[in-house]
Amino acid sequence: MDHSSSHGGVGTTHKTHGAHHEADHLHQSFWRKYVFSTDHKVIGIQYGITSLLFLLFGFSIMMIMRWQLAYPGQEFPIKWLAHLMGQDNMPDGIMLPEYYNQLGAMHGTIMVFLGVVPLAVGAFGNYVMPLQIGAIDMAFPKLNMMSYWVYFCGGVTMLWSFFVPGGAANSGWTSYAPLSVIATTGQTIWLLGMVFLITSSLLGSVNFIVTIIQLRVKGLTFMRLPFFVWTQFVTSFLLLLAFPPLEAAGVLQLMDRIAGTSFFLPSGLVVSGQALGVSGGGSPLLWQHLFWFLAHPEVYVLILPAMGIIGEVIANNTRKPLWGYKSMIYSIIFLGFMSFIVWAHHMFLTGMGTAISSFFQTTTMIISIPSVIILTALLLSLWGGSIRYTTPMLFALSFLPMFAIGGLTGLPLGLNVSDIHLHDTYYVIGHFHYVVAPGTLMALFAGIYYWFPKVTGRKMNDILGRLHFWGSIVFMNGVFMPMFIQGLAGVSRRLYDGGEQYAHAQSVLHWNEFTSISAWCLGLAQIPFIVNFFWSMKKGQKVNSNPWEATTLEWAATTSPPLAHGNFEKIPEVYRGPYEYSTRGAKKDYTPQNQASEA
Amino acid sequence: MEMQAEEVKKHVKVYIMVFVVLLFLTIVTVAVSYLHLSVGVGIAVALLIASIKATLVGGYFMHLISEKKLIYATLILTVVFFIVLMVIPVSHALDPIRYNH
Amino acid sequence: MQIPYNETARPDTGLFNAKLGLWLFLASEVMLFGALFSTYVLLRVGAPVWPHGYTILNVPLATLNTVVLISSSVTMVMSWASLMMKNFGKFRLYLGLTILMGMAFLVVKTFEYKAKFVHYGVTLHDGTEIVGHLEEEAEDHVVMLPDMKDGVQPSPVHIGRAQIKRLTNFGPWYSTFLAIYFTLTGLHVLHVIGGLVVNIYLWGPGAKMWKTEPTRFTNRIEVAGLYWHFVDLVWIFLFPVLYLL
Repeated sequence: MDHSSSHGGVGTTHKTHGAHHEADHLHQSFWRKYVFSTDHKVIGIQYGITSLLFLLFGFSIMMIMRWQLAYPGQEFPIKWLAHLMGQDNMPDGIMLPEYYNQLGAMHGTIMVFLGVVPLAVGAFGNYVMPLQIGAIDMAFPKLNMMSYWVYFCGGVTMLWSFFVPGGAANSGWTSYAPLSVIATTGQTIWLLGMVFLITSSLLGSVNFIVTIIQLRVKGLTFMRLPFFVWTQFVTSFLLLLAFPPLEAAGVLQLMDRIAGTSFFLPSGLVVSGQALGVSGGGSPLLWQHLFWFLAHPEVYVLILPAMGIIGEVIANNTRKPLWGYKSMIYSIIFLGFMSFIVWAHHMFLTGMGTAISSFFQTTTMIISIPSVIILTALLLSLWGGSIRYTTPMLFALSFLPMFAIGGLTGLPLGLNVSDIHLHDTYYVIGHFHYVVAPGTLMALFAGIYYWFPKVTGRKMNDILGRLHFWGSIVFMNGVFMPMFIQGLAGVSRRLYDGGEQYAHAQSVLHWNEFTSISAWCLGLAQIPFIVNFFWSMKKGQKVNSNPWEATTLEWAATTSPPLAHGNFEKIPEVYRGPYEYSTRGAKKDYTPQNQASEA
Repeated sequence: MEMQAEEVKKHVKVYIMVFVVLLFLTIVTVAVSYLHLSVGVGIAVALLIASIKATLVGGYFMHLISEKKLIYATLILTVVFFIVLMVIPVSHALDPIRYNH
Repeated sequence: MQIPYNETARPDTGLFNAKLGLWLFLASEVMLFGALFSTYVLLRVGAPVWPHGYTILNVPLATLNTVVLISSSVTMVMSWASLMMKNFGKFRLYLGLTILMGMAFLVVKTFEYKAKFVHYGVTLHDGTEIVGHLEEEAEDHVVMLPDMKDGVQPSPVHIGRAQIKRLTNFGPWYSTFLAIYFTLTGLHVLHVIGGLVVNIYLWGPGAKMWKTEPTRFTNRIEVAGLYWHFVDLVWIFLFPVLYLL
């Protein structure tokens, strides 16, 4: 095949194909159009709705657990809910420790693997990324559809695990061996669910990388890509290369549980006073290594797309180019690379030995550098901008200090010596949640408010949005700040009575009630969002295709919502960088990427 | 797909040659195992032969010998992280607690 | 709707979509098998004793399988070359051979697995280990025919149940070596089956595409070939690591 003929023809062929397909589209059945659709926009929305429901579910689980932590051993006040969870789990409305463990493990699993990642990557990545690079769809639309449905199956499998004997997985979201190997059936279902989720993200990441490399429109070089696309690109590589080792670990654990092998079972293991009849010779540490080989890059999978969204929103609302766009890109590449060699900082207390600990402590300190560069660049982008305090911008602005708290509190955990005191305490929970809740989640909310007009053609209500914002930001801090206090006092995580029976926890025990009440208020603060979401779909203020006056292609070159098939009426061409705001000599304060000349 | 039919014909000859070499190396590696070398040497020889075979398969059957830069970049990245994976057993071997018993 | 570059190469990357996609997929596969390989090294280094593969496994059968898989790799690349030379008949022949050899690999593997499941090992309370075939299994005792040693067949041994600490066949549960053997080869077998499914589709119903979109079909064969060679490549490492060392 010779190159010259294929290249020049691209733009024109699409147009005809696009028109041709508009006709096809009308004949598609309801199922093909909305359920088993191969259109990246529909798939993005499917991911979005499913993951938001899982986020709500995972959060509800935690709100129930918070009752037990604030008032250990007291009857749950909402009778019908306690009844719904069953006599075996909550006899007379009092939560059993076993059930608390199940809820804890599933809260982590659901929030990370079924909530935040699918929303950040599956929903935003799928919907926005192809539009931003001027592609008519993903490179492999059928694979894209499969990816969603495999994810869906993974979600159903996880929910199903609540109904098997012994309930859901109860060894924490980290599933440390050997505890997880000897745990109830729920753990097997958990592993099965993980296989689905890993497969889904594998299909997705291949698709994302190929799309970004192959389907960029003419003129859109890598250094003209919107920051959000870059973050999705790096994230996809993390998913592609870090998930397989967890899949391997999952297979090994499945073998341990089903085929009676001893990959993670050391010799001479005694369970409930009885020697375990296995060959032994395995290593529990091996699980931790393989698990964290994924799970540390996974943290960056959670945060990178969030940074991408923040970059878009800040550039748009300061009416300025991102400060240090290139440094930010090099930083996320470096961040992605380094995230593969920091995993064992989760394992300082396993007695790995000082040499290995020192190595991972060093890499951990190094990885904080690119994070700081990104945050600094975002902060400096605000300097001298004529900031529009739109609802998405409020969320984006709150991300900066919240992520900073999350990041800075991580340093003592990354240092070998201070980690001895803080390891496995509430301090870790506080640190991690500052990164993903007021950090990533606020960014994802920013993304929802920002791109809602693109998806529906209507803006979300600002008053409800502000109510949602202030409620969320205040109560999130109410939930997570006390955790630092408790953690510094040495209160361990995963205690089902919140530390009541420990002498050293007594002085900080009263914070449990404060945290719980904050959590419930945080739940209430989401009501304006839910109302706003549905109300605005029907009644929100109608807007034109580019209500934020943005420069990137998803706004500049399409209608709102974009054409059902093919996205663009005319395939755009790109002439400039992604954030040409307030260019000197230009007529308007923004110059879209697809605009040929300044005038 | 830059290759023309003529070129492909030449390639076919190469494939056959590679095939013969692969068979030969298979026999060699099995034969060496009957020598019962010490564990260290045995591992080194076996992995060396396997690597040569893998290079041949990758280079000729998978056309890596004349592949695009982007594929090389992807594979180099993968090799780096593969090496990182091997840190796991190394870290284990350096673990003082395991070897104090 | 026609996605760009799913048939022709994008000029600046020189690749069509599926080829890049498949290489990325292979990259993740490298990490999957890499993690298992890493597990193998870790467990082996940490184990007090580690058996030589050839004392437990059947090397001649595995050598045969190696030859079968290497040959199937050659026929696979030949089937692609035939398409490049526009010879559809030869393509069908070579891909057919590839499929048959893939199946032969599975058949041989089945025999190998089966041999393991009828092979037993017994550990007595005094620490002695006897390996062989079970002749008789009774309520209070078992009779075992130990394996040949230096070409001599030992006589059957009568073992009372009370003496036995552990008696199992050579399934994955028997030892760490067999655990990793079954896991690695099992996963490899799953990959072979996956490749067979794809190849059979492309040989049968999928081949219709040759008439309508010959370039795209040739691409598909190339990509399926890349996968099949990778499966071969994994085996090239598994064979010495598990059987010969």
